[in-house]
Amino acid sequence: MEIVQRATNPWGQDVLLGIDWSLFWIALIAGGVFLILHLALRRRWIGEEKKAAANAPDDPGLPQKIQRHSLASRLFHGIMGISMILLLITGFLPKVGLQFAWLEIHWITGLILTASIVFHIIHATFFQSLKNVWVGLSDLGDMMREMRKAVTGGEPPAKPGKYPAAQKMFHHAATLAGMAAIVTGILMMWRIEQPLWAQDDYKFFGDGGWGWVYVLHGVGGVVLVTLTVAHVYFAILPEKRWMTWSMILGWIDRKDYLRHHDPAKWPVTGGK
Amino acid sequence: MAVINDMIPDFELYQPESLDGALEVLDRHRDSAWVLAGGMDTFDWFKDRVKRPEAVVDLGAIPELSGISETDGGVEIGAMTPLTAVVDNELIRERYGILAEAAETVATPQIRNQGTLGGNLVQDTRCWYYRAGWPCYRAGGNICYADTPESMNREHCIFDASRCVAVTPSDTAPALIVLDAEMVIRGRRGERTVAAEDFFVGPAIDITRMTVLQPNEVLQSVRIPDTWAGADFYFEKVRDRNAWDFPLVNVASAMRIEDGAVQDCRLSVGAVSPVPLRMERCEELLRGQTISEDIATRIAELGVIGAKPLRHNGYKVPLMRNLIRRAIRGQAPV
Repeated sequence: MEIVQRATNPWGQDVLLGIDWSLFWIALIAGGVFLILHLALRRRWIGEEKKAAANAPDDPGLPQKIQRHSLASRLFHGIMGISMILLLITGFLPKVGLQFAWLEIHWITGLILTASIVFHIIHATFFQSLKNVWVGLSDLGDMMREMRKAVTGGEPPAKPGKYPAAQKMFHHAATLAGMAAIVTGILMMWRIEQPLWAQDDYKFFGDGGWGWVYVLHGVGGVVLVTLTVAHVYFAILPEKRWMTWSMILGWIDRKDYLRHHDPAKWPVTGGK
Repeated sequence: MAVINDMIPDFELYQPESLDGALEVLDRHRDSAWVLAGGMDTFDWFKDRVKRPEAVVDLGAIPELSGISETDGGVEIGAMTPLTAVVDNELIRERYGILAEAAETVATPQIRNQGTLGGNLVQDTRCWYYRAGWPCYRAGGNICYADTPESMNREHCIFDASRCVAVTPSDTAPALIVLDAEMVIRGRRGERTVAAEDFFVGPAIDITRMTVLQPNEVLQSVRIPDTWAGADFYFEKVRDRNAWDFPLVNVASAMRIEDGAVQDCRLSVGAVSPVPLRMERCEELLRGQTISEDIATRIAELGVIGAKPLRHNGYKVPLMRNLIRRAIRGQAPV
């Protein structure tokens, strides 16, 4: 199996064409393997977690519903999620043999995703605290402790602030893969006919340079396949559903707040 | 640039005697298999060493794929039936003359003796950038070499380009579209039928294929219903020379005319788009009209709306317009 596809162009140059599409299956299998491993390991700690949940502390001084995500954040997340799924469907299903007119849906959805991410960057930078998702050394330590606990047992890491270390890592991995796919995707729009600007196949690069653009686009895409599998898995996992609901409703229950978060790191600012 | 060589690369040759046997081999080899019908397109690819399949499945020994038979609702033509047999068949000539006429314009008598109806329909495009083996979109790459400012794209499309600008070269396809034919496709899971106009796919849908056929499927036969049997037909193919050439543009029409007015009609144009075009807007306008020079001109104008010629194929717009006009005018009572 090859990782990338290469060919000889009319000028006799050996050029990259893009990733080998079998990587899609590998990404899907990687997501599946992670899921199975996690499910297997989960059996070791899920009983303990249920007990802890039953004996969770409470603080009647706090609001019953604590706001975790603003309406703007939830709308962004919804739009981004739908766009991402559509992009993966239109990007990969034609490569595995399904015939449909995918290109227009793909680039229009790509532009919607780009616009939503520009909004997210502005919103997160100026209206939210970037500190909440920043990965520091303590997060790396927490991540290691979390993994050690999952595999061999042991002490869990300290309660996090608004986001656990694993969620921050996921965010950054998705950001890297997403940005690679978005930037290269916008460049690739010069190679198709669309109403925004004139098609110009050699505007930025020669065949060799374009090959790298296609490779990066493909790598971003397959990484997002694995991340999406993992994300959907955690979203439907029973013990994580409080987070899923918070992304829909905007708030979390006071008990979940006290159980999963450190009020010192993430003080309550809104709720009812 | 590819050069035809005398020797072709090695492959495993399979000569199954049943369609099930052929499908079993195709299913086993999938993308690395090649279906051989008459070989008229195949051996160019192999000698150019552009296509290097591991397995070649020769359909020539499968009796169920050949022959023309009358059915309850029309006629069924096996995909491996030679074009000459289609041209010479009495039933086809009498009831579906447009197909015989279209098939007769294909290449030369020698090629029509060897080439098959199925092969003419599923043959690959003639774009020389693609056929030279360069890594264009259709070959799995990421550029169309025929659509750059310096490209030689005289034979390429004026409609429906989507990254790739190659056209379908089939002459029989437009005729089968106006006859409302159905393509019978066989795979290991059974049989499926697809209307002739849906059989071809453009690059917007699948840039590496010309038809809906999957790698483990075979075109078994073409079924032509009685719907247009004995209608007034018109077929014309314009090419650079009068024999042994692919169409620059071809046109096919079928009409039912009563009391001087068009009761129903179908019109199709080939070699202007990646797929043979069915001209539904023209058909709608033509229904109920009495054919005249004025009507033919107006409908022909409508037919070329939306054409986007490339650098060297602007001539296809007036050519297509004139062929549509002639196809309509050709039906006028003498």
